[in-house]
Amino acid sequence: MIKAVMVMNTQGKPRLAKFFDFLPVEKQQELMRRVFGVLCSRPENVSNFIEAESIFGPDSRLVYNHFATLYFVVVFDSSENELAMLDLIQLLVQQTLERCFKNVCELDIVFNYSKIHTILDEIILGGQVLETRSTEIMRAVEEISKLEAATNAISFIPKSASSWLSR
Amino acid sequence: MGSQGGFYQSKEFLDLVKSIGEARSKAEEDRIVLNEIETLKRRISEPDIPKRKMKEYIIRLVYIEMLGHDASFGYIHAVKMTHDDSLLVKRTGYLAVTLFLNEDHDLIILIVNTIQKDLKSDNYLVVCAALNAVCKLINEETIPAVLPQAMELLAHPKEAVRKKAIMALHRFYQKSPSSVSHLVSNFRKRLCDNDPGVMGATLCPLFELIARDVNSYKDLVISFVSILKQVAERRLSKAYDYHQMPAPFIQIKLLKILALLGSGDKQASENMYTVVGDIFRKCDSSSNIGNAVLYECICCVSSIYPNPKLLESAADVISRFLKSDSHNLKYMGIDALGRLIKISPEIAEQHQLAVIDCLEDPDDTLKRKTFELLYKMTKSTNVEVIVDRMIDYMISINDNHYKTEIASRCVELAEQFAPSNQWFIQTMNRVFEHAGDLVNIKVAHNLMRLIAEGFGEDDDNADTKLRSSAVESYLRILGEPKLPSVFLQVICWVLGEYGTADGMFSASDITGKLCDVAEAYSNDETVKAYATTALMKIYAFEIAARRKVDMLPECQSLMEELLASHSTDLQQRAYELQAVIGLDAHAVACIMPSDASCEDIEVDRDLSFLNDYIQEAIEKGAQPYIPESERSGMLNISNFRNQDHHEASSHGLRFEAYELPKPAVQSRIPQTLIASTEIVPVPEPMYPRESYQTTMPSIPSDAGSAELKLRLEGVQKKWGRSTYTPATSTSNSTSQKTVNGTSQGDGASTVSSMRETYDSRKPQVEVSHEKQKLAASLFGGSSKTEKSPATGHKAAKASSHVVEKSHVPKSSLEVASEKATPAQQPPDLLDLGEPTATSTALQLDPFKQLEGLLDATEVASAVNGAPAASRSPDIMALYADTAAGIHNKNDADLLSGLSNPSVTNMPGTTAMPQVTQSSSKGPNPKDSLEKDALVRQMGVNPSSQNPNLFKDLLG
Repeated sequence: MIKAVMVMNTQGKPRLAKFFDFLPVEKQQELMRRVFGVLCSRPENVSNFIEAESIFGPDSRLVYNHFATLYFVVVFDSSENELAMLDLIQLLVQQTLERCFKNVCELDIVFNYSKIHTILDEIILGGQVLETRSTEIMRAVEEISKLEAATNAISFIPKSASSWLSR
Repeated sequence: MGSQGGFYQSKEFLDLVKSIGEARSKAEEDRIVLNEIETLKRRISEPDIPKRKMKEYIIRLVYIEMLGHDASFGYIHAVKMTHDDSLLVKRTGYLAVTLFLNEDHDLIILIVNTIQKDLKSDNYLVVCAALNAVCKLINEETIPAVLPQAMELLAHPKEAVRKKAIMALHRFYQKSPSSVSHLVSNFRKRLCDNDPGVMGATLCPLFELIARDVNSYKDLVISFVSILKQVAERRLSKAYDYHQMPAPFIQIKLLKILALLGSGDKQASENMYTVVGDIFRKCDSSSNIGNAVLYECICCVSSIYPNPKLLESAADVISRFLKSDSHNLKYMGIDALGRLIKISPEIAEQHQLAVIDCLEDPDDTLKRKTFELLYKMTKSTNVEVIVDRMIDYMISINDNHYKTEIASRCVELAEQFAPSNQWFIQTMNRVFEHAGDLVNIKVAHNLMRLIAEGFGEDDDNADTKLRSSAVESYLRILGEPKLPSVFLQVICWVLGEYGTADGMFSASDITGKLCDVAEAYSNDETVKAYATTALMKIYAFEIAARRKVDMLPECQSLMEELLASHSTDLQQRAYELQAVIGLDAHAVACIMPSDASCEDIEVDRDLSFLNDYIQEAIEKGAQPYIPESERSGMLNISNFRNQDHHEASSHGLRFEAYELPKPAVQSRIPQTLIASTEIVPVPEPMYPRESYQTTMPSIPSDAGSAELKLRLEGVQKKWGRSTYTPATSTSNSTSQKTVNGTSQGDGASTVSSMRETYDSRKPQVEVSHEKQKLAASLFGGSSKTEKSPATGHKAAKASSHVVEKSHVPKSSLEVASEKATPAQQPPDLLDLGEPTATSTALQLDPFKQLEGLLDATEVASAVNGAPAASRSPDIMALYADTAAGIHNKNDADLLSGLSNPSVTNMPGTTAMPQVTQSSSKGPNPKDSLEKDALVRQMGVNPSSQNPNLFKDLLG
């Protein structure tokens, strides 16, 4: 089971945190801080795995990948495969986010916070990998996007445009 | 750019994100966020907020909470949003609540109804959103509310919905297996879903079910194998390919399931061989995901019934992994090797170099994985290298969690495979030096025991060498700054015990070092206590060897400091030391024989040495002892202690009536007998001090101290001073100069020896089988005793060997009997007063016991025959013995004279007329001397150091 997905930048600022078992906010913060502490002390060209038992308790493994200014971190237990989890990050970033945002960057992730959550919900549900076909994920997300765009166009755009201009 | 992906966000949010991103300090960031919280609080409660705005506020709240700030004021708004008709608003609401709330939150009750409704929606997107929420927000109590709808959705036309419904059901199973146990067959059915995605999702719950109960799913082996075969043969649509691999995530899950099903099942495993072999051949090892599948194959092969061909393929893949440049693959290779060596240990040989490379890799993760592999591979042939490496690594890391783990592994391996004791000691020294505060205190006790026991063979020479090398290494290590407390305790003990044993170092060398330790670690009372006791031993050995003792000035100043210490334990030790120095060589050799720490303490449980005195008293007209059960009325005082105990255990006033005196509980001394008490050679005023000291720090939760306090007041009023004073005067009158001069010290040492007996008992309990070995070695190696410089001591020791030999089986019996009577223990232990002896007198046949002392083989049976034998009599015996022992050295008659009076305190013995007939004080003085000496030798633990001590005894 996957325990958590975290995205943080190279300064340790959290960009996305999804814990599949509920944890209080303070605990989440502490875990992210500790993970960052380990991540930033890793030399280059080493493995993408970290012994995480001292942070997340027994039977926990951690896989991370570093893209530009962001660390993507997945924490899971022995029922998952490390290399496969690494590919899951790959799938999320390179095959999904890349397609959604074209040259995805840190700001895209911050600013489209709820969309990233939607994508993640399509891939992982309740801690289990649900979908690994990027086409399927994209299709599901597009469907929701379309709906949103439509709603915006119908009811909110005039108001929003005026408020936008008034600034 | 906000609307780039279609998810509209406002400029305000962008500004917020930007300003947070540009914040230079945490404080600045906090200020910005707090501002934002204020703004949101104000705005969110305004009436008639447009939905779009509301949605944005909620997203901002989620963001703020992710940054670690409290956004709970907005939870209710998120909940309200889930009720909205618009899908978008609803989705945002669901997203927010899944992130904000846990399944037991009060607000969940407001959502369950909405979820129920949404699960029935015609719009599958609404259903999906609700299922997402179900996975996160439903707990055991709310499962029944949504279970029917979730079940219906298993047959939903949309595959995305079916998949999510399966996950929801899986989640229910995780939360409360019993609530859906009747529905698990649905997972089997969904395995045949015509959509491979749904089938793949079903593997997740099935994996978990199979992991919990393999046997119920053996029938599915064929199905799983055929699915895996189809997947591997690319029968699924191209859409499932990932990096040219057909549905790799499904393959991995299937291989994991097969590994579970085939474990230890030859028949099931045979069905799997072909398909796993196929995957080994077909798998593309150039892509990451291909290697993931290959790794999973190795795991599967190493778990199922072994097949030589598959093992060969697995070994090939492992060597490819290990030779790869990728650290990830090396890591997987090491991990896979660790799995495979359990089945075919020989494959490790060919990868030796690769493993060594990984050990030196800068990648910490890889290094740790490799140490894990080495740990699994350790044999007696390679233990030295491996442990050496592990310690080197342990020294280099800072992570306490991992340091502790690796230290305990080092200890475990060293204890299991140590090629020599010398190596073991050196290894332990290194572990202690660098992780001393992280290792278990038991490890320190084991080390001390090992040094004391030596090789357990008749090779005294080797033992001496071992000890000399230990002493030498410790003297060297003491030069290092900042040693861990546990290690210093070991060092002090060993230096005290063996520092001067081989003549290499003079007493002033060792004592100087010990004083340095006590000074350098002056905050650590335990270490100071160890150092003081060690000093006492060194001086005692010097005196016993009839060498002139010159106390170093620093030692003297240390003693002065300790004599005035706030710690009563330290103070007492200092007084003891002072007392011992004042004694003559013979006395010291008796109480502090050198190298006697391994010898068992023989305890005269029935106080047979008092028989003469009892006889005499009865002849003089004293009343014989009446067991408590036979007494009535007149001695209400006898259950005094019981009451106290009750009071203490309830921690307060007691309101219910006191119960009647119980039979077979120790009684107080009948007051009538006190009249006949001429001398009580027991310095009673010492009790209060000692009892506070020992009981309070070691069992703070036990109410023993309160109990003691109450009782002791009684003691002092009734029998305290008045009886004590004559005791001293008697020893004066018999011209015992030394005794007189150190009477206070004697008292202290007596008491301390009692305490030390407790302490020493703990290791004894732990190692009773070790003791047997020790006994055997001691037995054969009687030459050791001959080395003893004190001639008087020789005899005592020799006899102790005899006793000990036959005593070995007894020790375990003692342990058993101790455990059998836990209820009675607390009062006994804490009650250091006189009446303790009676219980033995009541329960053991003293006659038999006495015989046992003479013919030690019988002791075992005697003790065995008395299951209720309690520990307490030991104390008494020791106590009287010490008194006897000290006086004995000059005048044997005096001994009897002195020990006899203490019989008055033992009404139990008086009651046994047959005791007198068999009275034979022959072995007793010897026994008592030796006992006391051993007690002091064994006393390596200061009382405060051993909080578990009483736990052991109390069961």
